[in-house]
Amino acid sequence: MEETKFTPQTWPDRAEQATQEGKNKLVGIWIFICSDITLFASVFATYLSLRNKGPAGMEFSTQNLFELPLAFVMTMLLLTSSLTSVYAMYHMKNHNFKGVQLWMSITVLLGLGFLALEIYEFNHYVHIGFGYTQSAFSSAFFTLVGTHGLHVVIGLVWIVCLIVRNAKRGLNLYNAPKYYAASIFWHFIDVVWVFIFTVVYLMGVLG
Amino acid sequence: MSSVAVSNKKGFGAVFWDYLTTVDHKKLGVMYLLAGTLFFAIAGFEALLMRIQLMVPNNDFVSAGLFNQLLTMHGTTMLFLAATPLLFGFMNAVVPLQIGARDVAFPFLNSLGFWLFFLGAVFLHLSFFLGGAPDAGWTSYASLSLYSPGHGIDFYVLGLQISGAGTLISGINFIVTIITMRAPGMTFMRMPLFTWTTLITSALIMFAFPPLTVGLFFMLVDRMFEANFFDHTMGGNTIIWEHLFWIFGHPEVYILVLPAFGLFSEIIPVFARKRLFGYSSMVFATILIGFLGFMVWAHHMFTTGLGPTANAIFAVATMAIAVPTGMKVFNWILTIWGGSIKVTVPMLWALGFIPSFVAGGVTGVMQATAPLDYQLHDSYFIVAHFHYVIVGGIVTAIFGSMHFYWPIMFNRALGEKLGVLTFWTFFIGFHLTFFLQHFLGLMGMPRRVFTYQANQGWDLFNFISSIGAILMAIGVILLVLNILISIKSKPLNCRDYWEDGRSLEWAIKTPVPFYNFKQTPLVRGFDPYWLEKHEGNKEGMTYAEPLSDIHMPNNSILPLIMSIGMFIAAFGALYHPDGVSWSIPVIIIGLGITVASMITRSVKDDLGFHVHVEEVIATEEQLYGKGGNK
Repeated sequence: MEETKFTPQTWPDRAEQATQEGKNKLVGIWIFICSDITLFASVFATYLSLRNKGPAGMEFSTQNLFELPLAFVMTMLLLTSSLTSVYAMYHMKNHNFKGVQLWMSITVLLGLGFLALEIYEFNHYVHIGFGYTQSAFSSAFFTLVGTHGLHVVIGLVWIVCLIVRNAKRGLNLYNAPKYYAASIFWHFIDVVWVFIFTVVYLMGVLG
Repeated sequence: MSSVAVSNKKGFGAVFWDYLTTVDHKKLGVMYLLAGTLFFAIAGFEALLMRIQLMVPNNDFVSAGLFNQLLTMHGTTMLFLAATPLLFGFMNAVVPLQIGARDVAFPFLNSLGFWLFFLGAVFLHLSFFLGGAPDAGWTSYASLSLYSPGHGIDFYVLGLQISGAGTLISGINFIVTIITMRAPGMTFMRMPLFTWTTLITSALIMFAFPPLTVGLFFMLVDRMFEANFFDHTMGGNTIIWEHLFWIFGHPEVYILVLPAFGLFSEIIPVFARKRLFGYSSMVFATILIGFLGFMVWAHHMFTTGLGPTANAIFAVATMAIAVPTGMKVFNWILTIWGGSIKVTVPMLWALGFIPSFVAGGVTGVMQATAPLDYQLHDSYFIVAHFHYVIVGGIVTAIFGSMHFYWPIMFNRALGEKLGVLTFWTFFIGFHLTFFLQHFLGLMGMPRRVFTYQANQGWDLFNFISSIGAILMAIGVILLVLNILISIKSKPLNCRDYWEDGRSLEWAIKTPVPFYNFKQTPLVRGFDPYWLEKHEGNKEGMTYAEPLSDIHMPNNSILPLIMSIGMFIAAFGALYHPDGVSWSIPVIIIGLGITVASMITRSVKDDLGFHVHVEEVIATEEQLYGKGGNK
């Protein structure tokens, strides 16, 4: 297949949808997100029904376990990373490949920051005896937040792969939909975290 | 690359490699069909063993423990590993042709979906040789399965996890294919009904399989990694499994039956030689069934004790499903009504389907009445009901469609006479087996028992039921015989085998070339091929584009490698609770293989290849002879 070199002038509007493959990828990622929503809905429902449930005399509860300041910092990191991935898409529209790579890299750094705090948090809980096997509550908590964490890891690996694989290729109609789909997925992870922050941390500490 | 299609003499190794790496929807359709038939035969054999055991009272043909394994594997295999892949086989073989596409939207994922399903299925069946199969019923309720000794349930959990991922991937693939890959003019309301039902079924898969994944994951970590989701002493709750399982399990029934409806909606108009009656209401009914299918899961849990309010809501919602289903039944009858009917084998299956399925539907409405369900729950009445729906609805569709689509899939026809014999043997056997089970249930015989006392009035009916099962087995053997004979028969090399084909798949000559239509067809109305035929178009179709280079996807071995990685990891997880030292490393190696092949896939450019015009012409000449191309 002959490669066309694009300039900002020849770069099409909505480059991510300019090819049939691109259209397929975008519809595909949305459909995948629909099914992922059901996955999270099931885990959320389980968490809500097992919250604070444990063996008789369990001393752990959402009130004495969770710390809002840490969750707040994590939220800020992830929300900002969503914003930076929007910047990357903005630069993709103008065929500014350096901008795309730069803002995607910043997104990765923010995501790594979030992940580091999550690992710190989990480690802390395990340290004080609230391990995965401690109670139904702990299993449900680690599964819910951990499933989200796993999504973050997958998103990070995906974006890093994109940054590395395309470093020499530049921006073209083959990889534009790939960036776009990764960015949609990253937003989705962000939205799920908003729900986790609300349901697990806010409702846990306040309600 | 494209010379693959032109050179016809290939060694066994090359053909084998071709099937391992293929991304062609037609070949994957054949592979789904073969795998589905294999598991159908295994599960059918299990059913036969159970019926032999129950033929006479106080029988000791199989032990109680083995009987539990048989009933669990029969149900699990039939639903996940036989009916689903058989229907996926038809979807793969037919849907891209029906919408005039070159292939599905994600050919690579199509192949991945198949291999995940297949290796998950193989993993589950290895349990027979590695210490016993799962034995907690196909529903595997947590309060029972959590304490089942041995590795049976672990095989169930891991095998279904892998094959379920495959099903989910295929489902997403079909949705995208149908949304984005339709030929010019193929609007949503011109899509054949099988394409419609495939779309809705795939949407159900997309929403129904994640809860199963979650439920299986909970079971997995509870059994293998000491989590506490279902252990009530640690604050867990086994009802969570019931909910998650049935939120998946009930839509699963519609996942299977909607494509069956679609297949009959293709068969009936062809042989009634009449346009499908009430097309838009059929589409509407399909969507409505899909929607309501998610609103009724707790009718499997009436006796769990959710309370009268929940039971009443779910009872009403369940009864409501009878309305769109009834619409469909009347539409089929009105399509046949006044048609110029040809009673071929597929039509015979369709005619047998309507009364059988209605009988299953009516008993379904009976069970929707919560107070009555307290009586019927866990009795043979339930067994009779769901076999009427599944055998009477889905298996008839699969057998009928095998005859119907065999010419397109294999360029051979299945024998008519043997087909009629198969139908009558199977159909009579089916009613003999399951009709009397309604009464056994009403007389109080519980399901899932391995034997019973004599002189309770159950002896005769059980005996007749077992005779019916043997008749069904003979019917299946006749079908397999028919298939074997067809392999030896002459290739058809024709178009529109049934002479009254209506939708696009009949407009293409068999054998179907690997790129499908040489030019994308232009769809000018509903039933496009019928339309062109009756306007005297000798070409078959009007085309939307001039003959030009065709872009096709590359083959790949990566889907198989990814699936093998999951397969290996599953063994690590399975033996983890035994405390063996290699379990965690094996999990890491297996998942590492999968992740590494995913990264390989991501980093490499996969642009596909072009089939040039000259090669297209050469292929067509080679397949259909000089000047004979369309």
